[in-house]
Amino acid sequence: MSKTGEAGRSGPKVRSDCRIVVEYCDKGGLLLDISSKVGPMYGDNIRQQITESCANLGIENARVTVEDRGALPFVLDARLETAARRADPTLDATLIPEMRKHCTYTSKADRLRRSRLYLPGNEPKFFVNAGLHNPDGMILDLEDSVAHSEKDAARCMVRNALRVVDFYGAERMVRINQGEMGIADLDWIVPHNVHLILIPKVEDPQQVIDVDNRIKEILKENNIEQSVFLMPIIESALGAWKAYEIAASCESVVSLAIGLEDYTADIGTQRTLEGGESFWARAQVLNGAVAAGVQPIDTVFSDVGDEEGLRNSIIEAKSFGFVGKGCIHPRQIDVVHKTFAPETAELEKAKKIVLAFEDAESKGLGVVSLGSKMIDAPVVKRALRTVDVAIQVGMLNAEWRKEVD
Amino acid sequence: MKLVKNALGRLVPTEVNGKKTTPYMGVGKFKPDGRKYAPPIRTAADYPADGNKIVSDLATALKNAGLKDGMTISSHHHLRNGDMVANEVFAAAAAMGKKDLMWFPSASFPCHQGMIEHMENGVIDHIEGSMNGPLGAYCSEGKMRGTGVLRSHGGRWQAIQDGDVHIDIAVIAAPTADPFGNATGDQGPTACGLLGFALADSIYADHVIVVTDNLVEFPCIPWQIQGNNVDQVVVMDQIGDASKIVSGTTQITKSPDRLLIAELTAKFCDEAGIVQDGFSFQAGAGGTALSFALFLRDIMRERGIKARFVRGGSTQYLVDMLEEGLTEYILDGQTFDLEGVRSMHENSGHINTSPFTSYNFHGKGNFASMLDAVVLGATEVDVNFNANVVTHSDGKLLHGIGGWMNCLASKCTILPIPSFRDRIPVLVDDVTTLCGPGELIDVIVTERGIAINPQRQDLLDKLRGSSLPIRSIEEIKNEVEEIVGGKPEAPDVGDKVVAAINWVDGTVIDCVREVKS
Repeated sequence: MSKTGEAGRSGPKVRSDCRIVVEYCDKGGLLLDISSKVGPMYGDNIRQQITESCANLGIENARVTVEDRGALPFVLDARLETAARRADPTLDATLIPEMRKHCTYTSKADRLRRSRLYLPGNEPKFFVNAGLHNPDGMILDLEDSVAHSEKDAARCMVRNALRVVDFYGAERMVRINQGEMGIADLDWIVPHNVHLILIPKVEDPQQVIDVDNRIKEILKENNIEQSVFLMPIIESALGAWKAYEIAASCESVVSLAIGLEDYTADIGTQRTLEGGESFWARAQVLNGAVAAGVQPIDTVFSDVGDEEGLRNSIIEAKSFGFVGKGCIHPRQIDVVHKTFAPETAELEKAKKIVLAFEDAESKGLGVVSLGSKMIDAPVVKRALRTVDVAIQVGMLNAEWRKEVD
Repeated sequence: MKLVKNALGRLVPTEVNGKKTTPYMGVGKFKPDGRKYAPPIRTAADYPADGNKIVSDLATALKNAGLKDGMTISSHHHLRNGDMVANEVFAAAAAMGKKDLMWFPSASFPCHQGMIEHMENGVIDHIEGSMNGPLGAYCSEGKMRGTGVLRSHGGRWQAIQDGDVHIDIAVIAAPTADPFGNATGDQGPTACGLLGFALADSIYADHVIVVTDNLVEFPCIPWQIQGNNVDQVVVMDQIGDASKIVSGTTQITKSPDRLLIAELTAKFCDEAGIVQDGFSFQAGAGGTALSFALFLRDIMRERGIKARFVRGGSTQYLVDMLEEGLTEYILDGQTFDLEGVRSMHENSGHINTSPFTSYNFHGKGNFASMLDAVVLGATEVDVNFNANVVTHSDGKLLHGIGGWMNCLASKCTILPIPSFRDRIPVLVDDVTTLCGPGELIDVIVTERGIAINPQRQDLLDKLRGSSLPIRSIEEIKNEVEEIVGGKPEAPDVGDKVVAAINWVDGTVIDCVREVKS
């Protein structure tokens, strides 16, 4: 019997990862061959961890080779488990790390989702500091950023990250794969305090319902009461056509997003800066989302170096009615937040309208007026939303009324 | 080798390379008296009346200089990794069969790894100067015969003035020179900007040789090095590889985490009230430091603030600030890119300085302590704000000190550093090698928060209520230890001292031990 499996990456350019090879033997006990870039500082620590983890996986007779490039403990365990599983697909033991306290916070259906940062699920070096850039949402991606042959490794890595890495208050999101593979992804993710699942390439409300049902089963199996929110992504003509039905498919849906790279490919065109080719689809998604009472979220801006282009694209998305934007680089986050925030003049006007509205209400007046001008109901509604957003993003104190007079 | 505990509790040797040393006593505590070291008296009558000091080649010049076994030869790092002169000097000395020389560079670079061979066969006994890359590894492994001594740029000047180091022969690489020995670095095919690191050697060495690949007729203007101090001039085909002397453009960092650190540093300076009309700062040419300068520039533009002077390491970014009017002067100690060289040549506000003006302990004051803020790197910082800049956490000698120690004298010393690299914590309980006492280090800026030295109550007061992530250094360190899975093991080092680390006043602040491989 000689079963071998390997996982992870090594080499001079690899950082914060490792390559682990597990070679099961018939006898001879556990042979460890460990080399590490951080050997002088953490050599003993790594040896101890690998020894214990092998015991936890029930590996008794094997040669285990570790080429470490500064991997953190949760990464070492994820790679070891994946390598062992690849060597022995029947393995059912796991190396699930202890849930850290900073991983247990909750989310809310109506929280801000202005920015969501994509992190490739099999690239642990990006995980630990990502939350420091303060995105509203952190997406650990199992789909397009992960090579087909690495899907199993990414599941294991994302699961461990959800239990160990501090995302500093960002909503904890995972983008699952399409179809059956996506449903299978859920087993690895849902029990670990994921707040929101992004479902890619949705074209039919049933896809969302299937994911929602499976999530509910897993939650029940694990006695978890908290709910998991859904953000379907529309990435095709058919999906855009059914935007409203998809957004309204189940109560767990809190946002509806559009992904334009795949959409433009689907309709046989290319993305342009002006975006004429996607006008209809974006309008569909926006109106479908609003009609269903969920947040409309815009696509990513993919030119990382073009800050001005990003800013313009957010101004345009905001004027369209979108409330969020995808980010593929941490430096985009601050621009997204600043640009989505209400402008000072806009906020000052909104405050006056809200005060006038509340004054009219308290006096039992049916008509709201500001100076000599009558204010229509939709204007009041918009002002209330502007003030609400300003409070949420910290531009305005919740007790602002006391500060006004 | 006898070791004693110095004022920081570090064990340091009482004798290095046969010379008695003084253990570190505290900041500003060691004040030697007596008179400065002086070079021998020379007489103009002994030099050619026509001013032509050219000799045929380096070997002849070394022979004329009376090169003997055991002598000290100095060289300088203004040609950085493109330097060819130091290698030529020791190749010539080796060919002459000389032994046990001491190399006294102002800094060494990877291009100097050929010196290892000279140490192997006894031409060089030891190096007193920065050692990094292969030279650092060689020294760390205990293979150097003598003991290394690492000094700051200011400390090198101090050691020369105190006579701690007696330079027998100084060899100065000059991008442009005349036959009299007047020399400058701001022009010629291997232009590097300025020659400030060689200034002390030109004044104090027993014998001074200028080596150039761009001979001009007398007078060479400007004369950054005065021919009146120079004994001989040698003309070589090429003194350096221009592409490795200055970079075409210096690069700002692309790392989002380092950009975050740089941005936090600039915001800190703003909120601490440092950024105001007429202020001054110094930032190096590392990726984070450059990005800091850019974020600071944005704040200055937005608020219409002008600096009085900026200390370089000049780069295109500082030059842009000068030419945009955001600073009145660049007081330049070293030129890092082609824009810096151009600006020094063209802009009257771009001033050539030396470690004497900026860093020297025996000057009647120096510029470093007048700076409102200085931004520096470090390999480790401990919970008492002591910092390491020369060794890695595995104990290996990695970097030179440069002007780092001297800059700690500024009004606000800020170290923007990642809290850990890969798995290795930068914030630690105890630094591997102590190069900077915590009392001089005011602020640590990491991606996980900003730690203000508790000794700076004024800064803590100013930043109270700030939206910036102000935290205690222990808190950040503990968070890092949780992430990386515990404290690092102490480096596996032997008893042998391979290098002494000298404080700016010449006392020994710490030492580096042999690393067991």
